[in-house]
Amino acid sequence: MIEIEGITKRYDATTVVDDVSMVIEPRTIAVIVGTSGSGKTTLLRMINRLVEPTAGVVKLDGADNRSLPGYELRRSIGYAIQGHGLFPHRTVAQNIATVPVLLGWDKARIKARVDELMTLYQLDPEAFGPRYPHELSGGQQQRVGVARALAAEPNVLLMDEPFGALDPIIRTKAQEDLLAIQKRFGTTIILVTHDMEEAVHMGDKIAVMDAGKLVQYAKPAEILARPASAFVETLVGASERPFRLLSLGRVRDAVEKGTADGEAIPGDASQRDALAELLWSGRPALPVKGADGKPLGRVTLDGLVKRSARPA
Amino acid sequence: MPIRFDKLGVVIAAIAGCAAFAAPFATFRANRIVPGQARSILEALPPAAGPLLLAIVVTAALVALFKTPQQLRLAASVAALAALALLIGVAGTFLTPAGNTFARISPASGFWILIFAFTLLLADVLTRLELSPWARVGVLVAASAAVGLLLISGSWNDLSILKEYANRADSFWAEGSKHVTLALGSLLAAVIIGLPLGILCHRVERLRASVLNVLNIIQTIPSIALFGLLIAPLGWIASHVPGAAALGIRGIGTAPAFVALFLYSLLPVVANTVVGLAGVPRAANDAARGMGMTDRQRLFGVEFPLAFPVILTGIRIVLVQNIGLATIAALIGGGGFGVFVFQGVGQTAMDLVLLGAVPTVALAFAAAIILDAVIEMTSTRRREASPA
Ligand SMILES: Nc1ncnc2c1ncn2[C@@H]1O[C@H](COP(=O)(O)OP(=O)(O)OP(=O)(O)O)[C@@H](O)[C@H]1O
Ligand SMILES: [Mg+2]
Repeated sequence: MIEIEGITKRYDATTVVDDVSMVIEPRTIAVIVGTSGSGKTTLLRMINRLVEPTAGVVKLDGADNRSLPGYELRRSIGYAIQGHGLFPHRTVAQNIATVPVLLGWDKARIKARVDELMTLYQLDPEAFGPRYPHELSGGQQQRVGVARALAAEPNVLLMDEPFGALDPIIRTKAQEDLLAIQKRFGTTIILVTHDMEEAVHMGDKIAVMDAGKLVQYAKPAEILARPASAFVETLVGASERPFRLLSLGRVRDAVEKGTADGEAIPGDASQRDALAELLWSGRPALPVKGADGKPLGRVTLDGLVKRSARPA
Repeated sequence: MPIRFDKLGVVIAAIAGCAAFAAPFATFRANRIVPGQARSILEALPPAAGPLLLAIVVTAALVALFKTPQQLRLAASVAALAALALLIGVAGTFLTPAGNTFARISPASGFWILIFAFTLLLADVLTRLELSPWARVGVLVAASAAVGLLLISGSWNDLSILKEYANRADSFWAEGSKHVTLALGSLLAAVIIGLPLGILCHRVERLRASVLNVLNIIQTIPSIALFGLLIAPLGWIASHVPGAAALGIRGIGTAPAFVALFLYSLLPVVANTVVGLAGVPRAANDAARGMGMTDRQRLFGVEFPLAFPVILTGIRIVLVQNIGLATIAALIGGGGFGVFVFQGVGQTAMDLVLLGAVPTVALAFAAAIILDAVIEMTSTRRREASPA
C-alpha cells in the first residue's frame, strides 16, 4: 500500500505539486493523467525520493519512505523513466541487469532473469542482448526500459509514460503483459500516461492532475460518469465517453435471453467490441458464447446503447 | 572516359614537381658549420639512381594528379616515400669524398618537401580508406619499424644528422629518456590531480568558474616566463624545506620544468573532465539514480565511462603539448631533446638542431596517432542513444 499524505513540491516560488493526498491499495494500478507540466513526473519521483518533497509524507506499507537510505529505497522500487533513459554505454542485457547486479544476485540468476524478460518483451536474447541501445528502434528501447524496471521483481512499480513510443499492436500487447505480470506477482503500479484509453483500460483508479493539484481520484467509471470539473470532462473527452464506459464492461455482463444469427462473440470481450461488431455488421443482435464455446444468450444494440448512457 | 583531376592531387603534384626539379635534394658542406652547396637529385645520386628517383617521383605525382583507385595511390605514396628514404642514404654515401670525415651531407629543402608531399598523399589515402583504429596503429608500427630498420642497417650513416648522433649516442638516449619522463611524468601528475579536481568542479558549481579561470590565466603565461617565475619559489623551497633539495628540487633543472609542464597540463585535463561530465545525458544520470546507484557507483559506472572519450581528448592535447614544450626545459637545465636544439642554435649547426627536433616531432606525431585511435575505440560504442 502506498499512502501519499499532503505532499507538496516547490521550486523557488512555483508550486509544482500542491498538497496531494492519495492512497494506492496493494496489488492495484493507479494511473495518473494530466496535461504536460501538471506535475505527474514530480509526484512519481517523490515516491522513490528522486525528488525530495517540500512538505508531506509518503508511506510504503506503513513505513515512511525516508526510513531507508534513498539508494536502497530505489533498488526496491521499479522505475521506468520517461523516455527510457537507457545507459548508452551498456548493452541491452547489461541495462536490464542493472538492479539485480546492484542487489548482488549471482550470475546465473541474473542471466536467467534477463533472458526471461527479453523473451517476454519479444526481444530475442541472443540477437538483442549484446546490442547497444542506439542500435534499437525507439519502441524496442522503451520495452528494454520497462524490462529493466521489472528486473528485480519489485513490489512497487513506477512507470512514466512507458508505452508512449509503441505502435498500437505492440502497445496493446505490452499493456496485456503488464496486467498479467501485475496479477501474477501482485505488484502495485503507478503509471503516468497521456492516453485516456490506456488510463481507462489499465487503471483500477485514475488520478487527474491539473497545475500541481489532484483534482479527482476515483474509479474509471466514476471519472467518466461524474467528472469533478470541466477540466476533467475535457480530459476524458466528451465525445468518447460512452465508448470508454462500454470498454470497461464485459459482454458477459450485458447478455440478454434469446438467440441471434451469425458468428458468436466471446463473453469476455469488451462491450465496446460488441457494439463495434453490431454496428459494422449491421445486425441488431449478436449471439454470445462462453469460454467453453456454449451459447450464453445474446447481446443487443438497444441493450448496449442503454448501457452507454450516463449512469444515474 | 574523361580524364579527371583529383583536387588535393593537383596540389601534391605541383609541390612534388617543383621540389624534384627546382629545389636542392641534398646539401654538401666541407665541415659541419660552413655554408653548404646545393645538389639536385641528378647531382646527388649515382648515374642510375638519379633518373630512377625522378621517374618514381614523377609517376607517383601523376598517380596523385588524376582520379585513381585508392590502392594505386597508396602504393604510389609508399613507393615514393620508401625510395626517398633509401636514396637519401645513398646520396650521403655518394657525396662524401672517400676517407673524408669532416664533410657533411644533409637532406635539403627538396627532399623535405617531397617527403611532405607524399606523406600528405599517404595521409589522404589512409583517411579515405577509413582505417579502423587498430589498423592506424598498425600503420604507425610498420612505419616505425621501417625507419628503425633503415637506422640499424646503417644506410643513413653518412648523413650529417647521424654523424651528430654518432658523436653523442650516449647523451642522446639519456636526454631522450629525460624528455619522455618529463612529458609523461607531468601528464601523469596532471591526471592524478586534475581528474579529481575536475570532478569536484563538476559537482560544486561555485568552484568551477574560479578554478577554470585560474588555470586559464596560467595557460596564457609564456613558457619561458613561467620557468622564470618558478625559479625563485623553488629555490626558496630547496634551501628552506629540509629534504627538498635531496629530492632534486632546485630553482633550475628538472623540478621547475616539471612543475611548469604540470601547470600547463592542468587546464586541458580539468576543463575536459568538466565538459565530459556535463555532457553525460541527463536521462542516463537520472536512470542511474532511479535504479538505486549510490553517488560513487554512478560516478564510476555511468558518468565516468560516458565522459571518458572527452577526458581522453584532454589527455591527448596535454601529451602532444608536453612533448613539444619539454624541449624548452633545456633552457633552464631541465634536459631533454631541447639540449641538442639549443646547442645546435648556439653553434649554428643545423644538423644538431635536427637531432633534437626530429625525434620530438616524431614522438608527438606517434602520441597523437595512438591516442586518437584509443579515443575512437572508446567512443564508438558509447554514442548517445537516440531519444525515444
Ligand atoms: N528541477 C526543477 N526545477 C524547476 N522546475 C521544475 C523542475 N522539475 C520540474 N519542474 C517544473 O515542474 C512542472 C511539472 O513538471 P513535471 O515533470 O512533473 O510535469 P509532467 O506532468 O510530468 O509533464 P509531462 O507530461 O510533460 O512529462 C513543470 O512546469 C516543470 O517545468
Ligand atoms: Mg513527465
